[in-house]
Amino acid sequence: MSEVRDHLFYSEEHEWALPAGGQIVRVGITDHAQCQLGDIVFVELPEVGSTVVAGDSAGSIESVKTVSELYSPVSGKVVGVNDKLVDAPEIVNTSPYEDGWILEVEIDGSLDEALSKLLTPDQYRAIAD
Amino acid sequence: MKPEKALIFELSQPGRVAYSLPECDVPDIEPASVIPQSMLRETPASLPEVYEVDVIRHYTELSRRNFGIDNGFYPLGSCTMKYNPKINEDVARLPGFAKIHPYQPEESIQGALELLYTLQNDLAALSGMDQVTLQPAAGAHGEWSGLMLIRAYHESRGEKRTKVIVPDSSHGTNPASATVAGYETVTIPSNARGLVDLDQLRAAVGSDTAALMLTNPNTLGLFEQQIEEIAQIIHDAGGLLYYDGANSNAIMGITRPGDMGFDVVHLNLHKTMSTPHGGGGPGAGPVGVKSRLIPFLPKPVVGRREDGTYYWDTDRPDSIGRVKAYYGNFGILVRAYTYIRTYGPEGLRQVSENAVLNANYMLKRLAPHFEVPYPGVCKHEFVLSGKRLKEYGVRTLDVAKRLLDFGYHPPTVYFPLNVEECIMIEPTETESKETLDAFIDTMIQIAREAESDPQLVLNAPYTTIVKRLDEATAARKPVLNCSC
Amino acid sequence: MKHRYLPMTDRDRAEMLATVGVNSVEELFADIPASVRYNGVLPISPALDEPGMLKHMRRLSDRNADSDRFTSFLGAGIYDHHIPVVIQHVISRSEFYTAYTPYQPEISQGELQAIFEFQSYICELTGMKVANASMYDGATALAEAAALAHGATKRNKIVISRTVHPEAREIVRTTARGLDLEVVEVGFRNGVTDLQQLENAVDDQTAAVLVQTPNFFGCLEDIRAIEPLIHAQKGLLVMSVNPMSLGLLESPGKLGADVVVGDAQPLGIPTSLGGPTCGFFAVSEPLMRRIPGRIVGQTTDRDGKRGYVLTLQAREQHIRREKATSNICSNQALLALCASVYMSVMGKSGMQEVSLQNMRKAHYAASQFPAGSQAFSAPFFNEFVVKLPANADVKAVNAKLLEAGYIGGYDLGVHYPELKGHMLVAVTERRTKKEIEEFVREWEACAV
Repeated sequence: MSEVRDHLFYSEEHEWALPAGGQIVRVGITDHAQCQLGDIVFVELPEVGSTVVAGDSAGSIESVKTVSELYSPVSGKVVGVNDKLVDAPEIVNTSPYEDGWILEVEIDGSLDEALSKLLTPDQYRAIAD
Repeated sequence: MKPEKALIFELSQPGRVAYSLPECDVPDIEPASVIPQSMLRETPASLPEVYEVDVIRHYTELSRRNFGIDNGFYPLGSCTMKYNPKINEDVARLPGFAKIHPYQPEESIQGALELLYTLQNDLAALSGMDQVTLQPAAGAHGEWSGLMLIRAYHESRGEKRTKVIVPDSSHGTNPASATVAGYETVTIPSNARGLVDLDQLRAAVGSDTAALMLTNPNTLGLFEQQIEEIAQIIHDAGGLLYYDGANSNAIMGITRPGDMGFDVVHLNLHKTMSTPHGGGGPGAGPVGVKSRLIPFLPKPVVGRREDGTYYWDTDRPDSIGRVKAYYGNFGILVRAYTYIRTYGPEGLRQVSENAVLNANYMLKRLAPHFEVPYPGVCKHEFVLSGKRLKEYGVRTLDVAKRLLDFGYHPPTVYFPLNVEECIMIEPTETESKETLDAFIDTMIQIAREAESDPQLVLNAPYTTIVKRLDEATAARKPVLNCSC
Repeated sequence: MKHRYLPMTDRDRAEMLATVGVNSVEELFADIPASVRYNGVLPISPALDEPGMLKHMRRLSDRNADSDRFTSFLGAGIYDHHIPVVIQHVISRSEFYTAYTPYQPEISQGELQAIFEFQSYICELTGMKVANASMYDGATALAEAAALAHGATKRNKIVISRTVHPEAREIVRTTARGLDLEVVEVGFRNGVTDLQQLENAVDDQTAAVLVQTPNFFGCLEDIRAIEPLIHAQKGLLVMSVNPMSLGLLESPGKLGADVVVGDAQPLGIPTSLGGPTCGFFAVSEPLMRRIPGRIVGQTTDRDGKRGYVLTLQAREQHIRREKATSNICSNQALLALCASVYMSVMGKSGMQEVSLQNMRKAHYAASQFPAGSQAFSAPFFNEFVVKLPANADVKAVNAKLLEAGYIGGYDLGVHYPELKGHMLVAVTERRTKKEIEEFVREWEACAV
């Protein structure tokens, strides 16, 4: 049974989003997603300063025998990436909701509106089970 | 348990040599006197210093840590691991084949050209196509070459078509080749019987369809019975039909892609025609086409003059150009030619019949013990699902690893992607009933072990020189050379 | 029919059909519609028994002029080097040659270690950080390098020198057509890339500059001058090299190459009408995850013992499908093994010595031709261009040389109209002083 945290917002593609102050949203993949992927061996991070669009690919996550796109749950400018994942991608496996965060996006428009398009924890639980 | 094997670099002792070069009987020109110092190597490459016995013992030991068809049964689905005849190896090493140069005058390689010309024709006849190029070096290379031919054909008609359709059971090379040929891939799901879903196909085709790539029998070992309707749908839309020849071992002399409506075909000589796979290559992937695509074939092809002499036909203005330096993997083509002539037409048909009977026999005997996602008659290979064993915590990978302890190369696993916990078995025609029975009994035993003692299977293999390897660390912290 | 590769007896067949529950083999093909069935006997070559096959193949083989019976001065990408005898013995071990790709590492450690050593050898020789398990040949490797450069830089223009092997340039063009890339060719002066033309051709849309050294004419390109031109525009420097020359010449890694490719044929691989040979492909570290094809990595097993596996597989077609870095699946593993054994045999001093002998014998040969017949004065390795006396035709000269027991040089007019009447002469360590002198005399006699 994978963990779904109550204070986060979710996408159907198994990403989570966390308001991180101001217009900034922190993004990662869910416990369910890391579990499905298995041993993660490489995270392709977007460039800081690049633009991401909700639902579009912002990078990719490789495990030993598969690869999965990282879809950004929100639109905006990438203002930070988790550099620790370059040398230690396994952090996404061990701590998907905290140390294993992947990128931070500065949202153009309304934060509330962007988050309102995402799934609630209960809605996501229904998908992830 | 054998100890770790040293790398050849670790055997090095300064001062030892394993070579014997001719005497240098010309003046000792100083390199710097004819080549600028800035172009000369500052420090020599640190290659190992060993003597000849080290070399032989090192590689002999490596060979003992490897498993080929000559070591035992190798039912690797979709790879057609049949016996690699020894005569093929002997004739390919004849000096008149092994020691000739691609740019020699045509009159000095008439024997080689005759062989290539005959092979072109034999492969065309076998596949029901009008002309064959022998240039592509492997199956995937043939796919790309074939798609470039299809692209040239459409463009010559002033049509810009952008999409290639593949079933979800297709080889990964199909969509990858489509991308390299500049096409977008459209993947269509198979139907409940494991075949092309005609409704899905109809919905996917359109004026932008360049081609449908199909393996027949498909990667589930099933013959696409509606192949004529499939061809009709594609051709009506103005697209072409591409045949991935990976599974040709099922149909030689029984049916031909050309007769099924395919326009372009590649054959994997390292599968169907017994040429050894060499631990990953070389292969050869000749491509056959129907007459309307002949003008676009890569150049050159081998031609025959009225006087019986052979020549390189390079005067092909509409050719897609070259796909490989020189004329393809000639040494492999020599072996394939030898194979075809070892059997002749009746023999090749017998090969396919026996391959199909072997597969059906195995399927029938294994069916009670594993799930069979697509019951019924198979062709040269079949798929099982290991999903029933998941309740004991055992996965298909574990079954594969346990097979190693019994001296078998495991079947292909986790392919095709549309079958859960897939096990794909292809026995080929060169295996005896006793070999099949022994393997089947082992598979049944492992299924029982999975139920009664799952740990036994989960910790396999026990008898190999290394245990299961840490693939995650290998990919996270790549060590890709010895950096000596 | 009975056949020595087919074990199925009549009794086996009867038992197996009974188990399957059908009456005949024919029933197993009932799913193939009658309308697409092939009836009758395929019109292909008839079967031969083993003695007949051997005789037939020897007859075909004898109709080819091989380099044991003829003295070869032909190169142009495929060279007549000495092949140490141990190589045939190693690659004839059927544990190597009858294996498939090493998908099951526990029973494929031999092949995996051999590939790991091949990658190590290529890195040592080229001075690069990462090498793959092999490509089809040097020419397709160069085309893959162009594709890699396009992917890495997101630019669509490939600049290639006309001194690159003409067939490799053709394959780059075929590949570029598939990927919708623009290919710009740059001319040459005195046998090497025209640096002024190159500078004019390279801009901020250039994905890569593709050069070959020693180039198709045998001449050495001035990489130290070329490197800054492309790097100033943040494009990649792709070098195609002859591995035999790297016993003597500076490693491409030291010269700033981003991608190094070439054909390993000179390293113990038979000429075999040009195939199978073995392409190699090496990159700098930042490009590691963009490299095409198989790669072997070192790891440990559950007991902590060193072992090898195929790695970084998420790049490849069987996982990434249409988004893979390349469509390559089968490579040329057995020929990579030839090259590895060759480098093991030659070792540190042997690679230097054989490279030096090639250079010395070629320079001696060049000195034997009549004054003024050498077309270019640029430095060269083991190949050089000679101009025939006026009106002499290279093809006709080669026909005469063949009668005299020589395989003459390459006719440059085939691919370079401006070099009609020019012959590319290759001299390897196998040629003796006497053979060189006699060849030049014969050449002079034939060319007038």
